[in-house]
Amino acid sequence: MSTDHDASVAASDFALDNRQVTSIGSAWDAYKSRVRSGDLGALPSLLAITVLVLAFSLSTDSFLSLRNAQNFLEQASPIAVIAMAVSFVLLLGEIDLAAGYTAGVCAAFMAVQLRDGSSLPMAIGLAVVIALILGLFTGVLVAKLGIPSFIVTLSNFLTFQGILLLRVKEGGTVRLESQSLRDLVGTNMSPGLSWAFAFISVAAIAIVTLRKVRSAHGTVSTSAAFLKLAVMAVLIIVVTAVLNIDRTPPKGTKTLVGIPVAVPAVVLILVMLTFLLTRTRFGRHLYAVGGNAEAARRAGIRVERIRLTAFTICALLAAVGGAFIASAVDSVSAKSGGNDTLLLAVGAAVIGGTSLFGGKGRMLNAVLGALVLALIPNGLPLVGTKTIFGATIDFSSSGIQFILAGLFLLAAASVDAVSRKRAA
Amino acid sequence: MDNLQPILELTGVNKSFGSVHVLHDVDFRVHPGTVTALIGDNGAGKSTLVKSIVGIYGIDSGTVKFEGEPVHIAGPMDAAALGIEVVYQDLALCENLDIVQNLFLGRERLRRGLLDEASMEQSARETLASLSVRTVKSVRQSVSSLSGGQRQTVAIAKAVLWNSKVVLLDEPTAALGVAQTKQVLDLVRNLADKGLGVVLISHNMNDVLQVADRVCAMYLGRIAADVPVTKDTRREFLVELITAGRSGEVGIRNEGASV
Repeated sequence: MSTDHDASVAASDFALDNRQVTSIGSAWDAYKSRVRSGDLGALPSLLAITVLVLAFSLSTDSFLSLRNAQNFLEQASPIAVIAMAVSFVLLLGEIDLAAGYTAGVCAAFMAVQLRDGSSLPMAIGLAVVIALILGLFTGVLVAKLGIPSFIVTLSNFLTFQGILLLRVKEGGTVRLESQSLRDLVGTNMSPGLSWAFAFISVAAIAIVTLRKVRSAHGTVSTSAAFLKLAVMAVLIIVVTAVLNIDRTPPKGTKTLVGIPVAVPAVVLILVMLTFLLTRTRFGRHLYAVGGNAEAARRAGIRVERIRLTAFTICALLAAVGGAFIASAVDSVSAKSGGNDTLLLAVGAAVIGGTSLFGGKGRMLNAVLGALVLALIPNGLPLVGTKTIFGATIDFSSSGIQFILAGLFLLAAASVDAVSRKRAA
Repeated sequence: MDNLQPILELTGVNKSFGSVHVLHDVDFRVHPGTVTALIGDNGAGKSTLVKSIVGIYGIDSGTVKFEGEPVHIAGPMDAAALGIEVVYQDLALCENLDIVQNLFLGRERLRRGLLDEASMEQSARETLASLSVRTVKSVRQSVSSLSGGQRQTVAIAKAVLWNSKVVLLDEPTAALGVAQTKQVLDLVRNLADKGLGVVLISHNMNDVLQVADRVCAMYLGRIAADVPVTKDTRREFLVELITAGRSGEVGIRNEGASV
């Protein structure tokens, strides 16, 4: 904070910019007023995660088991990746209903290529090219021709499903003939690597926190920022320590220990996309087009190009999600990327606080939302049949799972709507 | 004021949309350090004139001079390059972005390929401070949390951030309350006092009388009058110019022949 900077500000009245938010109390007040003004951020998803984890761990012992922790993280990873993919078009106020099948189609082309004896880079290259073609196809129809993305991607949903069926042959499955791809979801890092990952994460968060505090000129509470940093550091270290406990089943042949490989993979994608959205011109323009396309156009932003790019990025990320989906079961079938894949991904983004009207949302929220929606199918089957208030309910039935997932989505959407209404 | 060279000068400008002749031999001048009010009834051609100035519409005939040099403005980007900015009635702000992000939208400053937030924030503060904007609490507030007057202020600041020389304001006070109108009018005056040529399109005669140095009345696509505003200028005089195209000795004479 240089003196001439203060002098120029003194001519005006930027009361909030000048106010030194130093205590945790005032930071808490600032946060409360932000929540009240409708900016809920990660709050709903964090609350939902807490509620679900508490409920499941109280009703069954197997939920908090070490092996289930690994299962859970691996189940959440494809949803998280596709939720991030869909977030790109949601930020524009558009939608991609075909993102799930884009994932499936790309995974199918990759798997068939591998089965036919191609090398891994060749197969990945083919999947990327297919994703580019699908993304550009959707993007051109939406951005250049102006067809509503709902219609375009609804037709793509059917078309891509057809392509997937043709590629894997009806009812058939294609085994994933690449050990490294199969290892993406299902194997763990060694305890040493796990610790290295944990410490790099903590260091990265610390650097970001320091930068934020320094550039904020006292408008963010330093103590609150460091408290947040400390909480996250402890959380990361505890999770790493727990996952580094040997969880090999009694008669298991393969040692199970360490952080699942899927976790750093998702974190890497999350960091790269967050960087793209918050630190680059493209990211800024994406939010601008989502917020007010006409204003963006008048500011000289090439709106069509931003739309086209967003749909292409969405397809490319969906293809990455396809690799996760295939890796989870070591094969690709006609159902890969189908069923509820897309709905869970969109739901995850929305639970995380991404607005369907565009302009609002973060990549981290999509990942947190994916954790919420992955908790439900993970925890409920473990709960099994319980009697509540005299009624016997089989929580492991998929009917109950769908109903609960639906209710959570509805609750998240209502929280968003209510908070908006109060803010307006 | 009239002996100064106009910063922007339109001479004999005509514009038709098909068979509809919207601008008839329009002469229009903007002087530096002066607020020129552009008044006229709906359909008189004010918006067409503004859009012709910034090149959204091409003109059919006539010349445009900027700082004495003939120029051809093919679009808003050309106009911006010369230093001509328009603040439209709908403001064109992104409500989901904060003030700094809006001010620099489309012209973000980069450092090593990444957004240079610190430098943009600093310039935003300086610009708002230089405009004596006192009502904004933080430059990092999102625009959705601002009042109508504050939004208008941000939109105007966005137009002057680029060392603009001419700013055209389309009905800046139309949607504002009394106190906010005063803030915006103060800002308009402030811009002219800083040496900018300001064009104020307005339906509000009180605003015009309060802040304008000259008034240019349009009537059915023609300039009916281009007169200085003095303390003797009456509201009724302006209203007659708008509704009839003439008032006493001033205005269009051969009215019957033109329509």
